Amino acid sequence: MGKTLAQKIFDAHTVDTPAPGVRVLSLDRVFCHEITTPIAINDLVAIGKDRVFDPEKIKAVIDHVTPAKDSKTAEQGKTMREWAKRHGIKDFFDIGANGVCHAIFPEKGFVRPGFTVIMGDSHTCTHGAFGAFAAGVGTTDLEVGILKGVCTMREPATIKVVLNGKLRAGVFAKDVILAVIKLLTVNGATDKVIEFTGPAVDAMGMDSRMTLCNMAIEAGGTCGVCYPDMVTVDFLWPFIQNDFPSKEAALAEYSKWLPDADAVYDKVVTMDVSELEPMVTFGYKPDQVKTVREMTGTPVNQIYIGSCTNGRLEDLRIAAGILKGKKISENVRAIVSPATPKIYRDALKEGIIEIFMDAGFCVTNPTCGACLGMSNGVLANGESCASTTNRNFNGRMGKGGMVHLMSPATAAATAIAGVITNSPLFTGK
Amino acid sequence: MKNFNGKILFLDRSDINTDEIIPAKYLTELTKAALKPYCLEDLSLPGFDPKKDIAGKSVIVTRANFGCGSSREHAPWVLECNGINIVIAENFARIFRQNMFNCGLMAISLEPAVIDELFKLFAGTDATLTTDLENKTFTVSNAKTSKVYPFTIGEFDLELVKAGGWVSYADNKY
Repeated sequence: MGKTLAQKIFDAHTVDTPAPGVRVLSLDRVFCHEITTPIAINDLVAIGKDRVFDPEKIKAVIDHVTPAKDSKTAEQGKTMREWAKRHGIKDFFDIGANGVCHAIFPEKGFVRPGFTVIMGDSHTCTHGAFGAFAAGVGTTDLEVGILKGVCTMREPATIKVVLNGKLRAGVFAKDVILAVIKLLTVNGATDKVIEFTGPAVDAMGMDSRMTLCNMAIEAGGTCGVCYPDMVTVDFLWPFIQNDFPSKEAALAEYSKWLPDADAVYDKVVTMDVSELEPMVTFGYKPDQVKTVREMTGTPVNQIYIGSCTNGRLEDLRIAAGILKGKKISENVRAIVSPATPKIYRDALKEGIIEIFMDAGFCVTNPTCGACLGMSNGVLANGESCASTTNRNFNGRMGKGGMVHLMSPATAAATAIAGVITNSPLFTGK
Repeated sequence: MKNFNGKILFLDRSDINTDEIIPAKYLTELTKAALKPYCLEDLSLPGFDPKKDIAGKSVIVTRANFGCGSSREHAPWVLECNGINIVIAENFARIFRQNMFNCGLMAISLEPAVIDELFKLFAGTDATLTTDLENKTFTVSNAKTSKVYPFTIGEFDLELVKAGGWVSYADNKY
């Protein structure tokens, strides 16, 4: 019987099968941020096991609230900083070098096809875009990961999502994933891996693939994965060029993770994306999705472009293309958070930041920021935000606030109009 | 092992997410105990008052996909801080469920029809649940009725509950 991508990774990493259907996997990467890690660190200290399994495989960042906003968040940062130092964790990204975890870790080339990755963050599924198994976990799993380099997972059933066709102008990976979540529902992929494949995925760059995989969790999925191909190799090449004689050799090696032709799937979902329109959420669940056309005219108070879903250079370029020479509506305020210092710097060089500022955007440092209403961009009661983030739960961006999830293109067009509207990239106007 | 018996808090809604269980603004707390006052603070459920309805409860019975969303283990912690060591639902989000067992707490799935019956017979009454881990049954009682419900728990999940969580289990074994 053939294997799925995740089954191949599981088989290559199994150190124990403590009960039927449960595997203990060895970990290639344990990623850490300052919200879920300090309590793990403090617990390890308290039980006399302040150790790390491998400082090379642990990568850490301060990203959720940065720079610190109060004494408590300062303490979280301090805990991370001192821990990274005493254990020789070289890849620790502190203020000035820090960015949103799921943007900065791939940017640094830390994720490779076939890897196992955990992090105390549900959007860890993003890294599956590289053909890795990457799953969000809680602090206890993280703690054991840090100490022992293992994690327990149930056997992965897989849903294969085949995306056929070609996206129309103005329709992006964000619209695709919102449509997929609508189809699967918020509980439809629970305990399952989602394999994204098909011509529409083949045509996507890594930024778009990360957007796709980032929201697998919003359908309950353990991980979203894309198959490693030459796009993956091209992205990783600066980091792997000494490991392989050629890109073709790298691709040949990574291809061993591709699912077998006779792999067994829990479900296969096929979607033709050729007719897909830009999508937006309307409620407090990520599967409450309509077309932007149906939601056109809905007023918003704030625009937010950023996050691990859509704060990458490609996203900022698309938004800036729409905002160039325009002003945001006087009825809204707008915030953009480039997801990493490199993205920020590249956006500055390309003149993108200037376009945002000319349009009336507030440009923040790289941070998770407004997405979960922790450090900035919090909504007041009764307000709504057109947001490129991934989660629209009640109160997510501030108590009594409503979040409409959408693509950067739709968000930029909405900023100008002051109400939800399709972008000119889609309408052609 | 923790206590899995006591009065039931019925939450009649599906997809109760981790932001509702413990809002992100409290994730800056450095101790688990500090979370206690904020349990289910943002839960959107008509008639539910976190200030009054949680005190004295030890068991949650709810519908489908409980604990969806964020990976924050603060969600199980805030329940545990409030004396709630067991949640019974149709099903759970993966990370929340794993976090519960990793802490030595229980997240048990029952068939939708059984959950329905629990709501019909016991919601709105002063109902108590007793867990028999040996025989894998719950006994649910109120002034009028008492009924026994069988449940299943994975072998490994049971070991975690008995070991008091994943840290002590893993540290002994790996």
